[in-house]
Amino acid sequence: MSDGLVIQNLTRPGLHPTSLQVEKGKCVVIHGPSGSGKSLFLRAVADLDPNYGKISLNGESRAMMSAPEWRKKAAYLQPESAWWHDKVAAHFKQLSAAKTLAETFGLQEEIFNWPTSRLSTGERQRLSLAMVLASKPPLLLLDEPTSALDSENTNAVELELQKQLDSGSIILMATHDGAQMHRMASVTLNFCSGKTKMEQL
Amino acid sequence: MNTETIFLTYTDLAIAASLLLVNAILSLCFGLGLEKRLLIATARMVTQFALIGLVLVWLFDNVSLLFTGLAASIMIIFAGRESVARQDRRFVGWWGLGIGISSMALAGILVTIFALTQIRPDPWYHPQYAIPLLGLILGNAMNGVSLGLNNLTNGAAREKLAIETRLSLGQSRDEALRPIVREALRTAMLPIINSMAAAGIVFLPGMMTGQILAGVDPEEAVKYQLLIMFMVAGGTAFGSLCAILGGARLLSDSRHRLRLDRLRAFKSD
Repeated sequence: MSDGLVIQNLTRPGLHPTSLQVEKGKCVVIHGPSGSGKSLFLRAVADLDPNYGKISLNGESRAMMSAPEWRKKAAYLQPESAWWHDKVAAHFKQLSAAKTLAETFGLQEEIFNWPTSRLSTGERQRLSLAMVLASKPPLLLLDEPTSALDSENTNAVELELQKQLDSGSIILMATHDGAQMHRMASVTLNFCSGKTKMEQL
Repeated sequence: MNTETIFLTYTDLAIAASLLLVNAILSLCFGLGLEKRLLIATARMVTQFALIGLVLVWLFDNVSLLFTGLAASIMIIFAGRESVARQDRRFVGWWGLGIGISSMALAGILVTIFALTQIRPDPWYHPQYAIPLLGLILGNAMNGVSLGLNNLTNGAAREKLAIETRLSLGQSRDEALRPIVREALRTAMLPIINSMAAAGIVFLPGMMTGQILAGVDPEEAVKYQLLIMFMVAGGTAFGSLCAILGGARLLSDSRHRLRLDRLRAFKSD
């Protein structure tokens, strides 16, 4: 089996069978109107909903791994962030890596000592991203990762994502931001009325 | 002290029932709309008690493992059904009923047999002991199971985002569901812990009151009540644990996904 990500006939209710092949270091930007199935697709890749189809990453088949093992490799970032402990730091397993990332996203180290209720929407989004990126997963599934950020912070996030791409990660990213699509995409995947169309850039 | 039982006449009962009439009149005056429900519940209670009286008399005259077992099974099935009947979000298909009945069976059978080894009636399955004990344990375990499951399924729906975020980070379903499982268990056990803490000071439990009124020495009544409280607490713990862990399994699958699609939509009435 080849390197990179291979998706064959991935389907679930609300999603037409989708096949996709992505080399290491490439970013696929998924776009299309709301409700066209972008999130359903990303959730199906992460195996968070029942789905059919074959997926392999760098030669390893998803079906041969337990779901938690797969999700450590195929890290999914939800469009909304969730917090379940009272303190921010308690959510992070790789705390030092997360702190470094948070700093590159313009957050001070102090923020990890805060109660989660004090975080703004933008801070939540950057911290959630730091949580996902901290373990350096080979596949990133990002659902609207910069929707709550201003252009400066969006820029910082995109720079970091570019760094992850350069080190060989693969990114599948859903976004509404056309400019972001042009900045990030190696390939675009257009979701429209349930059908998908791929375009090389 | 008068140790003889004072027998109640049906006139006594009729006078006591007039208290309910007062309730019904109040409901009418204040437009609470409870009178119909009150009437139906009263009629149900009277009929069910009258019938169970007849059934118990018959069972006591025909002591057999088969008949005791049959009566116990019917009680367990009804308790299982009632424990999941008034949930906000019920499991689809037969799963809910399955959880209800199996947790009732576990709590009821385990604890009743354990209790019978302490009381040692002869024969051990004598319905005079087995049936009322089972009833007490089921009645209490039912509350625990019903509160606990309701809390679990509502918690899963409320915490969907947090649970799925944790799953996305590679946590197992047990880890991701642990907070709501813990909360559900606490909710299930709280009433019985409360009543153990308040027993004897705030109220005398129904069974002890009944025994004392029926002329039993208070010391004996206390000993029986203690046995019952231990059984009831044990039964509630077993039943709730079985129902909540089973429920958590149903709310997730072998690929560690949160399966809210296995719950019916929120039912507010």
